[in-house]
Amino acid sequence: MQPHTLSIREAHELLTTKQISSVELTTAVLDHIHKTDPLINAFVTIADELALEQARLADQRLRQSEDITPLTGIPFAVKDCISTRGLRTTCSSKILENYIPPYNATVIDRLSTAGAVLIGKQNMDEFGMGSSCENSAFFDTHNPWDLERVPGGSSGGSAAAVAANMGLFALGEDTGGSIRMPAGFCNVTGLKTTYGRVSRYGLIALVSSFDSIGPMARSAYDCAAVLQSIAGQDLKDATSLPDPIPDYLKMLDKPVKGLRLGIPKEYFQAGMEAGVESSIREAIQKFEELGMEIREVSLPHTTYGLPVYYLVLFAEASANLARFDGTRFGLSVAEGAENVIDQYLQTRREGFGPEVKRRIMLGAYVLSAGYYDAYYLKAQKVRTLLRQDFEAAFEQCDALVAPTCPTTAFKLGEKTDDPLTMYLSDIYVVATNPAGVPSLCVPCGFSNNMPVGMQLIGKHLSEDVLLQIGHAYQSATDWHLKRPAVSK
Amino acid sequence: MTTYEPVIGLEIHAELQTKSKMFCGCSAAYSEAPAANTLICPVCTALPGAMPVVNQKAVEQAILVGLALNCTINPMNQFARKNYFYPDLPKGYQISQYDLPVASNGWLNILAGTDPQRIRVRRAHLEEDTAKLFHHDRHTLVDYNRAGVPLLEIVSEPDMHTVEAALDYATRIRAILRYLGVNSGDMEKGVLRFEANVSVRPTGSSELLTRTEIKNLNSFRALTRATAFEIQRQTQIYQSGAEVVQETLGWNDLKEMTISQRSKEEAHDYRYFPEPDLPPLEINRAWVEQIKSELPELPEMREQRLIMQFGLTVNEARLLTSDKALADYYEKTVSLSKSPVKTISNWITGEFLRYVNDMGLDLEHLPFPPEHLAQLVDLVTAKAINDNTAKEVLAGMFKTGQSPETIVKANNLGQISDQDALELVVAQVLNDNPKEVASYLAGKQTVFQWMMGQVARLTRGKADPQVARKLLLQALEKARISK
Amino acid sequence: MTPSESNKPAFSIDADMVKHVAFLVRLGIQDEEAQAFSHQFSAIIDYFHLLNEVDTGDVPPACETSNTRSVMRPDVIKPSMPREDFLKNVPHREGDYVQVPLVFGEE
Ligand SMILES: [Mg+2]
Ligand SMILES: [Zn+2]
Repeated sequence: MQPHTLSIREAHELLTTKQISSVELTTAVLDHIHKTDPLINAFVTIADELALEQARLADQRLRQSEDITPLTGIPFAVKDCISTRGLRTTCSSKILENYIPPYNATVIDRLSTAGAVLIGKQNMDEFGMGSSCENSAFFDTHNPWDLERVPGGSSGGSAAAVAANMGLFALGEDTGGSIRMPAGFCNVTGLKTTYGRVSRYGLIALVSSFDSIGPMARSAYDCAAVLQSIAGQDLKDATSLPDPIPDYLKMLDKPVKGLRLGIPKEYFQAGMEAGVESSIREAIQKFEELGMEIREVSLPHTTYGLPVYYLVLFAEASANLARFDGTRFGLSVAEGAENVIDQYLQTRREGFGPEVKRRIMLGAYVLSAGYYDAYYLKAQKVRTLLRQDFEAAFEQCDALVAPTCPTTAFKLGEKTDDPLTMYLSDIYVVATNPAGVPSLCVPCGFSNNMPVGMQLIGKHLSEDVLLQIGHAYQSATDWHLKRPAVSK
Repeated sequence: MTTYEPVIGLEIHAELQTKSKMFCGCSAAYSEAPAANTLICPVCTALPGAMPVVNQKAVEQAILVGLALNCTINPMNQFARKNYFYPDLPKGYQISQYDLPVASNGWLNILAGTDPQRIRVRRAHLEEDTAKLFHHDRHTLVDYNRAGVPLLEIVSEPDMHTVEAALDYATRIRAILRYLGVNSGDMEKGVLRFEANVSVRPTGSSELLTRTEIKNLNSFRALTRATAFEIQRQTQIYQSGAEVVQETLGWNDLKEMTISQRSKEEAHDYRYFPEPDLPPLEINRAWVEQIKSELPELPEMREQRLIMQFGLTVNEARLLTSDKALADYYEKTVSLSKSPVKTISNWITGEFLRYVNDMGLDLEHLPFPPEHLAQLVDLVTAKAINDNTAKEVLAGMFKTGQSPETIVKANNLGQISDQDALELVVAQVLNDNPKEVASYLAGKQTVFQWMMGQVARLTRGKADPQVARKLLLQALEKARISK
Repeated sequence: MTPSESNKPAFSIDADMVKHVAFLVRLGIQDEEAQAFSHQFSAIIDYFHLLNEVDTGDVPPACETSNTRSVMRPDVIKPSMPREDFLKNVPHREGDYVQVPLVFGEE
């Protein structure tokens, strides 16, 4: 048995029947990380000592057989934009390279309460700005399926790690596909939750009205187990939803027969890689075999999803990143500064990478006096239409299915010169975030030996339905079980 | 030469009196903080990932003020980010309100000199205070204890046309905030700050010319001096044929002049947009109605009531209601005293307030209760002491906090109205001054006052003047008969 | 859908505008950088003019995606964080204070 290859479900079984301890499991995962990560570069920080300490505590709980959750003793890592007390949290930015948060994000507290074992922090595009993980200030993460290719972004480190068995699950964060797109590129199951379902407190904000934390794991089942622990209202996040939390694991086995699955025709346009399209079509056929009702639907404003997404992103991000000013934490370049403005200008010049600079400047531009109505306000109006598109579609179906990306993972360096082309790779995943709806990425095949992901999109708070469909599909297929060679 | 009239609008920033800050649970009592940077948390120091949550009490207090200023309470509120960089602003934006504030379109009645005038209140919105900066020669130090304390910004329309009107408006706003218990009005602690928008225009015209904005007005004195200075400055500019430049000015208290801070070209582009971390805030009717039912009697209403109830003059009523604590003190004294209201009012608006002002006392923390003042006035009314003695006693009350009876007894200040005792004194005066008695009897009436003075001298002012007068007249009549 | 293939955008954001917005967000940039950003910005914003196709006459702007409303906290004091927890991340401090270079020129 290679403990690091276990799923949450399998590991839980072994832990509760005392066939393995959390310390053994955690040690195996850490060893595998130290062996494999030099090839992948998924981790910004590996927390060996802290991990083993938590594993020992988890083992105590397991020995006493009390207060055990499906995550007790399970090693996991998180995208480096989620604050961890005492553990460096960088957003893969030079400006936060040495920042050690004095407090935990609510999700970290919740996972800690559940007994999960935090093993490290994962690389990402700086502040979540990117689709390839090449915008990390530290290093590029490589796709475990082909080290010359990108893992996708911005939760690229998390996707690559889970694919390469470096941690049984990860917490990613999805602002406009940042969980689903890399999950699809790396053959990982990843859930973008409904906006507000999971507390954002302690998540370093990119776009406050889009950001959603969610699990990335080996299966829909495992995602359900993680969601169970992290979902729910948090009084520290005024945008978190008070709605009750379903029993996600219990819902998984409900039959999908009779559920209506919508195919948004706008998501199947020219330009899609042939192998991607055929994988999705096969998956749709599988859903039909499972007894689901397939119907075509329309999301007429799909084309406008990308500009809406980016315009709102620029605006909110420009404000969210204003606090990085070299005063209270992080990088501070004050040498030779004659006044505080010099400190701001120098610190932010040296601390931010080019993509961050581009986006916060564009944010200032679209919010500026005289431009606000034409860009920001216009985008927010079209956002209303995007949201209405989804509402209308969900009157006709229970979930939508679509590719997560028009292509499989592209080569490192292939798109870095042209920001706009890079933005276009997010075309299928961005619209869900302005609408706030949940979406599950499920591996569904391979194209030219690289994984293909599909996304299931549901109405607000329908994570249970998406996980149920994903679980049914994964019970009938084994795409999600395929692992790259480096994962052994 | 053309004459010019000023056009003044005021923005008043009032710190609200909540226990915790606007968006986090840190204590808002920054002026009592044990040391710098002790009342802080990830939210108010803008650590990455921290998020704001609205303090309900601050919203309630804002609604209370909105109602008191006759505003419409907006059923849908939205917070907004006001973006600018400054070291006292940790997030790089201030959470404020922009197009959907708590309250809008209200008014307040004031007196412009002696003329009543209605000043329109454009809006009142919630926001957060900034950190405190301490400027040194080579660097600046920051203390975040004040960062995030709730502020209410009350914005008037430019409806004031004299410095006096602006002062009266500001004074009344302060009084209302104190009546509502939402702000201490303690200007020295900086809990109330003014900004004035000033322009001038040819008298009689209705156009609005270029205005300037004066910041940092932290006292009524600064408000009046700065607006007066600015009105004169702008008037002189126009009279010399030049144009006023739109700009932000700072008031320098020491030099007593406004100083340019930046011109319009460099003006901030605040890039307001809705705060995505805070969902819209609905203020439903039921909530507003409930707060309305808690609205106390406000200065203007109280002024009217005191005039009706106690027959005060407008000026007396205004003075007495200008501060809730004073009005409460006055009414309590009236209810405890047996003396005529007129007498009580005279004492309070006169001697009493003179001491309070001279000694710079806080009306909420006076050295003695209304019971003592009622006693004092009653002693005068009962002629146990005369006016002069009463003034001495009052001084003692302010100094020692003792009751007037204690002071009178301890210093043997009781008025002599005892017939027998005063008859002896009167007899002595007549005995000692035969010449004066003769000239009185010869018809020189003015000598009578002189003899009254002698009675006062011999009794060290304690003689009841009415009794003394009666006895002196009787004694003189006797002398006339026996002559 | 592939605007980068379309003709050179007619719309342009010049280097001065780039420098203006860079200052608004307090980013030190040099002239050459401003030039490069100006081309990228022009292409990006020009692509976003796609939204002009949409008639948004009566459409209200979305202000949030969460369906919550009126979330408030009671006015209760919570313990503040230990001062040292905050100060240990501060790049320049003097005693208990956070130190920044001189502030002048503005406000
Ligand atoms: Mg303000
Ligand atoms: Zn705080």
